[in-house]
Amino acid sequence: MSAGYLEATARQRVARFFDAGSVHEWLGPSARVTSPHLAALGMPAAFDDGVATGRATLAGRPVYFAAQEPEFMGGAVGEVHGAKLTGVLLRAARDRPDGVVLLLDTGGVRLHEANAGLVAIAEIQRAVFEARLAGVPVVAVCAGSNGCYGGIGIVARGCDRIVMTEEGRLSVSGPEVIEAHRGVEEFDARDRALVWRTMGGKHRYLLGEADALVEDRFEALREAVVPYLGHARPLDLDSVRAEHEALGRRLARFGEAPDSLDIWSALGVADPARVPMLEPGPFVEMAAPLRERADA
Amino acid sequence: MEHLVFEFGPYPERPRPAAAVIVGVVGSGNLEALCESAPLGGRLRVEVSSSVHGFGNTWKAVLGDFADRVRLPDLLITINDAGATPAVVGLRLAQAAAELGAA
Repeated sequence: MSAGYLEATARQRVARFFDAGSVHEWLGPSARVTSPHLAALGMPAAFDDGVATGRATLAGRPVYFAAQEPEFMGGAVGEVHGAKLTGVLLRAARDRPDGVVLLLDTGGVRLHEANAGLVAIAEIQRAVFEARLAGVPVVAVCAGSNGCYGGIGIVARGCDRIVMTEEGRLSVSGPEVIEAHRGVEEFDARDRALVWRTMGGKHRYLLGEADALVEDRFEALREAVVPYLGHARPLDLDSVRAEHEALGRRLARFGEAPDSLDIWSALGVADPARVPMLEPGPFVEMAAPLRERADA
Repeated sequence: MEHLVFEFGPYPERPRPAAAVIVGVVGSGNLEALCESAPLGGRLRVEVSSSVHGFGNTWKAVLGDFADRVRLPDLLITINDAGATPAVVGLRLAQAAAELGAA
């Protein structure tokens, strides 16, 4: 079995991310809570609708979790899938574990049940804020093969913390969507280097959106998440205003930049072209003092 | 969707697995198989939901071969299939048998 998180299934991730033997699943496969929409369309369902949810411990601390299965419909959010995510977050708001860990890996809303999926995104977003208001930190891990896109990309940015790998991408519209709408001149979805430097973990870290950037290893991801447990970020009018101001500053500073390389250069990165070549350790060492901090 | 049900056995009694086992995922060319203990009079029952029609005889051959090899009584295997080839079906069932401790 490889050490990598990227290519693991949701259940492999859950089993290896949290403390051995601590995982207790809610609405697991035997419950057979499957999508009514896929059945109506004559498409194969998954017993867990593509997301494993439950409780576990992480470094001995009680956490609730959800893990999206990357191979089932690209991790996309349907009605049941979304309701399970919402349920985990609302239960956390009630029970106040030391944190909620969301192992996100998704293209966004499942188009086969688009309206229900969109409603689900709104409910998940609201539930994230319910948990945060209750003082429960919500940590998003965006390190999966599908990246973290669409409505769940927005949800991730509403969490307390985001932990990423370089390969884990985070955005709203994905590369193919942008290319389809704006043309290949605007964005060439097949240009992997362009995708990674526009949506990948290093760019998100330099923009101050990802709080940690680590190697694609379970141990590295665990170690990045643990310090955030028990430490919720403030969620009030002042924090929202500060975020808006920071975003305004960012737009003024980088709004005209045609490429991430120009943003990195403006941040003071000495050799932007070399950034994709750096290992996570040396990259963070270089980037930590330079990166844009939304809360600065 | 095609729904197929097969029963094999009965097989002689042996200790039942305590917990349900799930292997695989519903992705293109893959399947998930959920294995649970159930009172089936010593039989092994397989319920298949497949996105591909018309392969009932192939399923019967692959599943029958598996059942006669592992001879697990009172086991319900429920499969959600997204076009797995017979070789993939065989490998997933072998994985399930290994996790059930019957390999």
